Amino acid sequence: MQKVLLGVEAIAQGAIDGGMSGVYAYPGTPSTEITEYIQHSKYAKEKKIHSQWSANEKTAMEAALGMAYAGKRAMTCMKHVGLNVAADNFMNAAVTGVNGGMLVTVADDPSMHSSQNEQDSRYYGRFAQIPILEPSNQQEAYDMAYYGFQLSEQFGVPVMLRVTTRMAHSRAIVNLKETLPENEIKLPTNPSQFVLLPVNARKQYKKLLASQVNFEKASDESSFNQYFDGKDKSIGVIACGIAYNYLMEHFPEGCPFPVVKVSQYPLPRKKITRLSEETESILVLEEGYPIFEELLKGYLEKEKVKGRLDGTLPRDGELNPDLVAKALKLPVKYGLDIPKEVSNRPPALCVGCGHHDVYRALNEAVATFGEGRVFSDIGCYTLGALEPYRAINTCVDMGASITMAKGAADAGLVPALAVIGDSTFTHSGITGLIDAVAEKSPITIIISDNESTSMTGGQESAAKGIIEKVCLAVGVEAEHLHVINPVKKNHDEMVTLIKTELAYQGVSVIVPRRICVQKNRRDIKIRKAQVE
Amino acid sequence: MKTDIILAGVGGQGILSIASAIGVAALKKGLHVKQSETHGMSQRGGAVISHLRISDKPIFSDLIAEGNADLILSVEPMEAMRYLPYLSETGYIVTNTAPFINIPEYPAMKTIMGELNKNPRLVAIDADNTATELGSKLSSNMVMLGAASPFLNHIAAEDLEQGIIELFSRKGEDVVNVNLAALRAGKEFAANAIK
Repeated sequence: MQKVLLGVEAIAQGAIDGGMSGVYAYPGTPSTEITEYIQHSKYAKEKKIHSQWSANEKTAMEAALGMAYAGKRAMTCMKHVGLNVAADNFMNAAVTGVNGGMLVTVADDPSMHSSQNEQDSRYYGRFAQIPILEPSNQQEAYDMAYYGFQLSEQFGVPVMLRVTTRMAHSRAIVNLKETLPENEIKLPTNPSQFVLLPVNARKQYKKLLASQVNFEKASDESSFNQYFDGKDKSIGVIACGIAYNYLMEHFPEGCPFPVVKVSQYPLPRKKITRLSEETESILVLEEGYPIFEELLKGYLEKEKVKGRLDGTLPRDGELNPDLVAKALKLPVKYGLDIPKEVSNRPPALCVGCGHHDVYRALNEAVATFGEGRVFSDIGCYTLGALEPYRAINTCVDMGASITMAKGAADAGLVPALAVIGDSTFTHSGITGLIDAVAEKSPITIIISDNESTSMTGGQESAAKGIIEKVCLAVGVEAEHLHVINPVKKNHDEMVTLIKTELAYQGVSVIVPRRICVQKNRRDIKIRKAQVE
Repeated sequence: MKTDIILAGVGGQGILSIASAIGVAALKKGLHVKQSETHGMSQRGGAVISHLRISDKPIFSDLIAEGNADLILSVEPMEAMRYLPYLSETGYIVTNTAPFINIPEYPAMKTIMGELNKNPRLVAIDADNTATELGSKLSSNMVMLGAASPFLNHIAAEDLEQGIIELFSRKGEDVVNVNLAALRAGKEFAANAIK
């Protein structure tokens, strides 16, 4: 059977067909559609494959490890920066190892289309010392999710499946395989495997180290990695993941240079050694950081290696066919220049969105205190940094609004404010709120609640219906906790409310609550369809 | 034989339904297809682009190289110009002339049309108006698809009609018919424009 699938959908379908019992994830571009695809899959519903969103990437990965502990196949998905949140579990899961197969699927975003950095998750894979799979096309994305569980079970460790934006969000035809049955529940045979007391952890870690040679052997034997010989030995190309396509785009009839296609790590040592021996220099094409380029070059630069570090390719940003052509000194075409009249069209808050009303009120309320005191977070409301509001001064990582406001207040920047969304609050805001309450920090927190995880497409928010309860439970005083409907007619009331709370020398929480206009539209559509 | 198409517009204008209609038609013909999309932050009223590649041979890159697009198909006139670096020497621009103004410094329409008209291979149609006249402003996308149909090489207008029927059949006969009418109106306009 054939299907036209986005790279991320191919991963979802591959995991379902590969016998997965559950996916655990928090939304994040470009990884979101993996979990959504599984949520909408009829087969997954029938089989009760777990697919509900988790509160954050750490809880997601831990739950996946729990499922793998119980002998079943589990996948956790996230964007690259989500892996930072889940890193504690990730690093230790490599040491415990797994019982059922576990795939850690991470979608990186080079060129930062929808992200605050372009960190390369392959570093994490190397850091944890586990095998990494990186597809060059949608078919491989499917195959890798399908076989990834088997690879994970064969070696008893989690396996990372790494994609980048272009692979995640590009469609092609994918051939599907037969659906494998799920694993039965089976406890680990070694009862101390998952108990990482130092005495056990040392044993487990030695086991992981001893496996490295096997991971490398598997890479050399993997059909995902290939050596293609070429007549012109002046240069040998190592093409990782999707970069292989940008290379082959220029040589549909075959590349004149020897090529090692790399889609499974650690690097296939035999193939790389042969390339080094047979060619005069090496060009490394990596969609992301120059990790393996640096490794091959070595500190003393004894190997002639070209790539991102010597300027043959740009040091940052994603690759494309043009950059690869220039690196190989191939002729490139140029189209017309962009006429100077073309203006930028940056993303903007939707018409009718409640965040507009929040920022209008906020700007008016803080005007008298001077600029530079609004700490914000990750979500649609981050667009409040742009014109016309220019209302926020920071956007760093999930949850950093409350904690940075607290630190600034500790430094004497009083009053300080935090603006955070509902889903970001339950993702990583609550722990920061506990710190602020514990020290009665003079900060005003605005949880701009649109009852949705909107930037990623309106997923259900874990915060729905629990924000006030959570705030009170961690010690926010009832008289400094307010809910208001952010609409035009409440503007003056909202300004007064913010001003009053700014004057309070302790933690205040204001919750402007109005459902996301997009989410509302979709919900109405769904309800209508259900009635019909 | 391959056709490389840049689809352009503003987030929310629905360029992906145009891509789907072409994709469905291409698959029916047994062709290879690759189509990259814009998701996430930039979708919120920002400039969006999709690279759509169709070929009778396997396709490697998900992205079209500069100076190689056979067609820029834009549902918004200023967005058509943003991707001119992709257009090949023999490539066509097919664009909607109805502007989507959600930024303060949107250029004057006269300026935009002046720039667009510098290109000899241009089909510029007010698809919003055409669709409204047919009774469904939402079908503007299918007018654009129709206007692009003479440039799709492997895919005939009949194949696209089949694609539309598949995409919209769930929504009932009226929706299918208005979209088919929109496709035909666009096609007729383009045929006259390039005579």
